Amino acid sequence: MSERGIQWFRFTAPANFYDLAGRLIPWFAAVTVALFAVGLYLGLVVAPPDYQQGDSYRIIYIHVPTAWMGMFLYVLMAVYAAIGLIWRIKMADVMAKAIAPTGALFTFLSLWTGALWGRPTWGVYWVWDARLTSMLILLFLYLGYMALHAAIDDRQRASNASAVLAMVGVVNVPIIYFSVQWWNTLHQGASITVTDAPTMATIMFVTLMIMVLAAWMYSVTVVLARARVELLERERNARWVQERLEGGSK
Amino acid sequence: MIDFLAMGGYWPYVWGSYLVMAGLLLVEMIQLRYRRRSLMGWIRRMARLRAQEERQ
Repeated sequence: MSERGIQWFRFTAPANFYDLAGRLIPWFAAVTVALFAVGLYLGLVVAPPDYQQGDSYRIIYIHVPTAWMGMFLYVLMAVYAAIGLIWRIKMADVMAKAIAPTGALFTFLSLWTGALWGRPTWGVYWVWDARLTSMLILLFLYLGYMALHAAIDDRQRASNASAVLAMVGVVNVPIIYFSVQWWNTLHQGASITVTDAPTMATIMFVTLMIMVLAAWMYSVTVVLARARVELLERERNARWVQERLEGGSK
Repeated sequence: MIDFLAMGGYWPYVWGSYLVMAGLLLVEMIQLRYRRRSLMGWIRRMARLRAQEERQ
């Protein structure tokens, strides 16, 4: 095996991951706070009201980031789950399991903020349209993954079974994304795509991207922190855990 | 200030979104900290017990 290969696998070793994540978390947390502060200021104070929707459109600054994170995190969780299933890397299962609650939280928040935005703009909190329904299914997939992982006592079997669930569920993500094109939905189409210029004012777009970045950084921070706790739980009798406790590590 | 809080009459929807999000993120962080603390406590207690057994 080459030197590089060894370097890469180094961080899958629990103790190395634990230390590295512990050093990174404060930085990610600081960036998260800064981005949220700027994003919230721009979104709630600086950006002008929408000419059609007035101030209700400001929900976009949390609705879009939470919806995107719900989808991104699901794909990430499925990738980690697949790595854990195929190559038997335990750290990958730890990561997948650590992502799930944050992904579920963001998915719930996208549904919640969507309902509160739907009421003033569409007149209803909820419709069974393709976008909303597929997003609700995403939430159930997250909850199913977590429930399945928790329901099986044997760690390896829990990891395998829930990994399969996560991987099968990933088909739902493109369905969510393309639902507004494939079906007639009350939900509007995409305002921001990779191919075209965004169909919104620059200040709104910039603010939205800052909020998306803030949500990303928040996710990285919390997922790393949760992965560390998960790791401690699994390895609580290992020598490296004892060493770090005696060293006065927090 | 009142104008800002009123959000053009949409305050229940706008603040209902932002505050619930802030609240839930806060709950997630607090829950994580609590889980970590209780686990640390458990590991320390076990280490003490082991040390005691070794002395006896």
